Amino acid sequence: MSELRIPEVCLVVLMGASGSGKTTFAQRVFRPHETVSSDACRAMVSGDENDQSASADAFEVLHHLVSVRLRRGLLTVVDATNVTRAARADLVRLAREHDVLPVAVVLDVGADVAIERNRHRPDRDFGEGPVRRHDRQLQKSLRGLGREGFRGVHVLGSPEEVDTATVVRERLRSDHTDHHGPFDLVGDVHGCLDELLDLLQELGYAVTRDTQGRPVDAVHPQGRTLVSVGDLVDRGPSSVGVLRLVMGMERAGHAMVVPGNHEAKLVRALRGAKVQVSHGLEVTLQELAREPAAFCDEVRDWCDALVAHRVLDRGRLVVAHAGLKEAYHGRASGRVRAFALYGDTTGETDEYGLPVRYPWAEEYRGRAAVVYGHVPTTRLEWVNNTLCLDTGVVFGGRLSALRWPERETVQVPARAVHYTPARPLTAEVAGRGEDELRLADVSGRRHVETAELGRVLVSAEAAAGALEVMSRFALHPRWVPYLPPTMAPVPSSRAEGHLEHPDEAFAQYAEWGVEEVVCEEKHMGSRAVVHLREEGGAVYTRTGRAFFPAPLQDQLVARVRTALTRAGLDDDLGAGDLLLDAELLPWSAKAEGLLREQYAAVGAAARLALPAAREVLEAASGRGLDVGELLQRTRRREHDAYAYDIAWQRYVWPTDGLEGVRLAPFQVLLAGGERIADRDHLWHLAVADRLVEADPGLFHRTRRLPVRTGSAASCAEGARWWEELTGAGGEGMVVKPVAGLARPRGTLVQPGLKVRGKEYLRIIYGPDYTAPEHLERLRGRHLGHKRALALREHALGLEALDRLARGEPLWRVHEAVFAVLALESEPVDPRL
Amino acid sequence: MLLTLTCVGPASSDLGYLLHKHPDRVQEVELPGGRATVLYPEVSPDRCTVALLLEVDPIAGGQRRGRPAQGAGPATLAAYVNDRPYAASSLLSVALGKAFRTALNGRCDARPDLVDQELELEVRIPALPTRGAREGERGLPLVQRLLEPLGWTVEGSTTPLAGDLVDVDWGEAPYADVRLTGWHRLADALAHLYVLLPVLDDQKHYWVSPDEVDKLLRRGEGWLSAHPDRELITRRYLGVRRRFVDDALERLTELDETVPDPETEADAATPLRQTRVEAVLAVLQECGARRVVDLGCGEGTYLRALLEDPVYLEILGVDVSAAALDRAERRLGLDRLPERQRARITLRQSSVTYRDDVLAGYDAVLLVEVVEHVDPERLPDLEATVFGSARPRHVVVTTPNVEHNPVYGIPKGGRRHPDHRFEWTRAEFAAWVRGVGERHGYAVELRPVGEEHPELGPPTQLALLSRQDES
Repeated sequence: MSELRIPEVCLVVLMGASGSGKTTFAQRVFRPHETVSSDACRAMVSGDENDQSASADAFEVLHHLVSVRLRRGLLTVVDATNVTRAARADLVRLAREHDVLPVAVVLDVGADVAIERNRHRPDRDFGEGPVRRHDRQLQKSLRGLGREGFRGVHVLGSPEEVDTATVVRERLRSDHTDHHGPFDLVGDVHGCLDELLDLLQELGYAVTRDTQGRPVDAVHPQGRTLVSVGDLVDRGPSSVGVLRLVMGMERAGHAMVVPGNHEAKLVRALRGAKVQVSHGLEVTLQELAREPAAFCDEVRDWCDALVAHRVLDRGRLVVAHAGLKEAYHGRASGRVRAFALYGDTTGETDEYGLPVRYPWAEEYRGRAAVVYGHVPTTRLEWVNNTLCLDTGVVFGGRLSALRWPERETVQVPARAVHYTPARPLTAEVAGRGEDELRLADVSGRRHVETAELGRVLVSAEAAAGALEVMSRFALHPRWVPYLPPTMAPVPSSRAEGHLEHPDEAFAQYAEWGVEEVVCEEKHMGSRAVVHLREEGGAVYTRTGRAFFPAPLQDQLVARVRTALTRAGLDDDLGAGDLLLDAELLPWSAKAEGLLREQYAAVGAAARLALPAAREVLEAASGRGLDVGELLQRTRRREHDAYAYDIAWQRYVWPTDGLEGVRLAPFQVLLAGGERIADRDHLWHLAVADRLVEADPGLFHRTRRLPVRTGSAASCAEGARWWEELTGAGGEGMVVKPVAGLARPRGTLVQPGLKVRGKEYLRIIYGPDYTAPEHLERLRGRHLGHKRALALREHALGLEALDRLARGEPLWRVHEAVFAVLALESEPVDPRL
Repeated sequence: MLLTLTCVGPASSDLGYLLHKHPDRVQEVELPGGRATVLYPEVSPDRCTVALLLEVDPIAGGQRRGRPAQGAGPATLAAYVNDRPYAASSLLSVALGKAFRTALNGRCDARPDLVDQELELEVRIPALPTRGAREGERGLPLVQRLLEPLGWTVEGSTTPLAGDLVDVDWGEAPYADVRLTGWHRLADALAHLYVLLPVLDDQKHYWVSPDEVDKLLRRGEGWLSAHPDRELITRRYLGVRRRFVDDALERLTELDETVPDPETEADAATPLRQTRVEAVLAVLQECGARRVVDLGCGEGTYLRALLEDPVYLEILGVDVSAAALDRAERRLGLDRLPERQRARITLRQSSVTYRDDVLAGYDAVLLVEVVEHVDPERLPDLEATVFGSARPRHVVVTTPNVEHNPVYGIPKGGRRHPDHRFEWTRAEFAAWVRGVGERHGYAVELRPVGEEHPELGPPTQLALLSRQDES
């Protein structure tokens, strides 16, 4: 009984004359839907599976189906005679295009058997001729299949063999998806044995040495696995020592290694091929020359057997020396190997004579994290879920490791400059300037990685809307390193006459496990971010627009600076960028146009229309017409419209330039090069109080009340406080966990819930929303989407601040900021 | 919202017959998004008043009929807090058409003799919107302009826009409490109101139905063609249908609590615009360009011109506004172009703030009336994107010459378009392009476009920048 061993993902090309039993065989040994049959395709395009005139179209369909399946990484079997070289060449080409191996399975049962079988099939009345021709072509093909590109040829030489053969699927050598680590991934070592030992110690490995004191293995007490991204050898002082250690670890199951281009070249050199001995290879060859020949052979065979890339941990992690684009993950072909070893080169060379590399990582949008080395940089930086670990230890940089799945990095410094680089090391990723923004950073459907919430999806439509606003109306991105997130309201209240009430906020936070909250007065103005930098400052809106023209903005910024100094905050907050989250009052300062066009106009129209309607109904009622209900409703609407008119006017007062403008800060987002948005809110408010004290003419105090969600008395006090606040015309309040960043049970909770006042909500839900029939309907509002957005935007905002604090390039900060703006354009009930 | 109609004199008792509504009954008419009530507040021997009272559902935000509303609901607050429940809007016109259809059609089966009788009528609309972008096309004068030629006497009063609790002067509200008097056939009076209410209410509407033109023609029969302001009426009645709202953008604009910029007037074929197209095409021809990018292509004026000339093998239209690109696609009829033509043109959303590698490798990039829409702070980005990264062989830049503005009667400091961030003098433009040329290795040639004023220069200035390593 034959056992056909084939790769789990490959293209199986069945070969055999008509009647050789291909279809039956395929049905027996492969799964349903894995086989694409030329007869079926012929039937699909012509209605008759034997209509030879439809063959060209049928094969077009067949090739398309094969192509789609291979793109999706599915094993595919082609059931067609495939006896001509031309037919097979098309299939080999398809396999190569999708970077899977082509495998031939030949059903060589002899022409007589096939003819006999066809005799019993009324639809195959084409006689002996074609079958004999097939058989002759098959026999002629048999020897050359390897040269045609097949990476496995299985011949079943008799009907019995065809009937009994079994298929064993073998995992691809790159497939280690069932190995879940944990891993310690290490960047390019280049013969720096001492630094590797330093790093292993830092990572917690215990090193084993042989009788001569040479390190030959290292074990981690928690059973972690070391993963080398390749380039173990060349340039450094002890390539042989590194090889001895890593080979030992790999054989003991303590390490995994993907080869680098330097290993590949070493193998060729050791095989005696003519290679240019440069870029540090000379050092390794000199070292090896002092070793016994058996060791050299061992090194050659070991390096040669390394698989160019590995897919680990359920497909979440891919390791390849020079990185790997998504389409190549888990594939096998010459170009996949070349990409993994050398990267995506453009064929050009730069001024240092080194190959120019195509920045594949910038376009990477895959789900798996790709960890690689190859290109030395000075800084570890995740780019689209890819990380280059080569920090140039051999050039006097550092040797870096990444702990997976923790995603922590560990570095040790070089003990010396062991080799001079051909090109100076830079912090730039693929040569882009620090301030350069690219369309690919923001446009289209993309994921943005956040520390607090993982990957956040931005849809292409949302990005398109944000692109226009960001380009046309916002300040330059360098002035907008943060945009405030949206905030969800409390769940609807059942209390009579109320849509929102503090009780729901306290209950909600209690349910989430937050015990200490703070109620902050919500000022009715416009959200403002104050950004101070050494060379200037900006005050901008939720969409990044400047509030004021340049001269006024400069005045305002100067006044904020003076107040900071007067309040003695310069020292407390430290030097460097400062970002304040605030509310700018009055509402009319920015929104006058909107107030005039919309809010005031509604009030005026109601003042004209409703009394007249009431009078008409009173007259009708006087005539004895039954208009009681309508009259009552109209009177109520008249009252509601009056209340509405009062509500919006509270937030309007005249301003002239900065005269009359007030700023109510409530949070310090970033100061002294540190993200401090997650500090205790009472601390933030204390900073705000000092500003109010320093310049009471500009700064406006935010009243507050801490509440314990577990205490009924405390909650009742909170509710009373809110009633007083809103009764006096206040917009409402925001309830926030006292600890800035709350993860009470391991998951991030809403950073705040707004509880808006009963009268204020007339501006949002319309003058009449308090009518019982309206209120009842409104209580059914859905908060889920709004909450999800609030949380995502919160995480993105923090991410932007983190990136800014870490001194990352503008595009990285902007990526997160842009995502906030894009999410803000998502359709969600605007009244929430 | 409310409208009352009073018939004065001995014939007043005929009103009930004509309207087909009994004076002693209260009748309700269901409408999409609201409910109308018809009742008679006043019936006396010489006065009979009918009232049409319309209530709209303020919670459903039901103003957005005609838009895809599958579960999504309206996207902006303006859909919920607006003057629709109070002001006499186009919805009142719909209610009128439904509640008084037979009278509007000039039918009265019970008393056919009444139909052609002229009656002394009084109409009161307490909150009639009178918005308008231009002087003379808003407020009470607008109501007079529209109704007086039809034989109505117009009286009215207005109210201040701001409430009395605030200390600001925002002028008068865009509504009037209007009283109309005149002798008319009832059907004519109703037709006047039916057509002119939406015209006065020049607001964003979302009702769009293909038969609007027919309705206008039918209800305007006999009077619209002779109306001295028929063009204004037609424009405003149908104008609302041309509005195209980009949802995402609208939401962001509202988030910012700002009022959207007035929309650019549709490309009027002004002589200057035509001259500019010709000048730009002439320059392209001189350069021998075959593959051209129109950066800031808007709705595609230049794309069309390029498509018409087979010399241009590859045309890339780029704009920052996805909505503008959609309009360009429709206006150019891209889905109807023959395949080979279609293959010559591509549209792409991009922005000069961001480097975009797709823009590289073209013969020429057009920056026609674009730089003045870019904040001065972002000009270095534009420069880096176009001249540093895309690096076409030629770049054609045009921009207004601010010195020429007085010729158009634009006061000093004024600009030709509200979105212009600046407008340059000839010297300023020359300095900028020469600087760009020096920094990026482009030769600069400046040319006037349009009729030159002896002192103030041409209306438009053009610069051709050519890469120096090319010659």
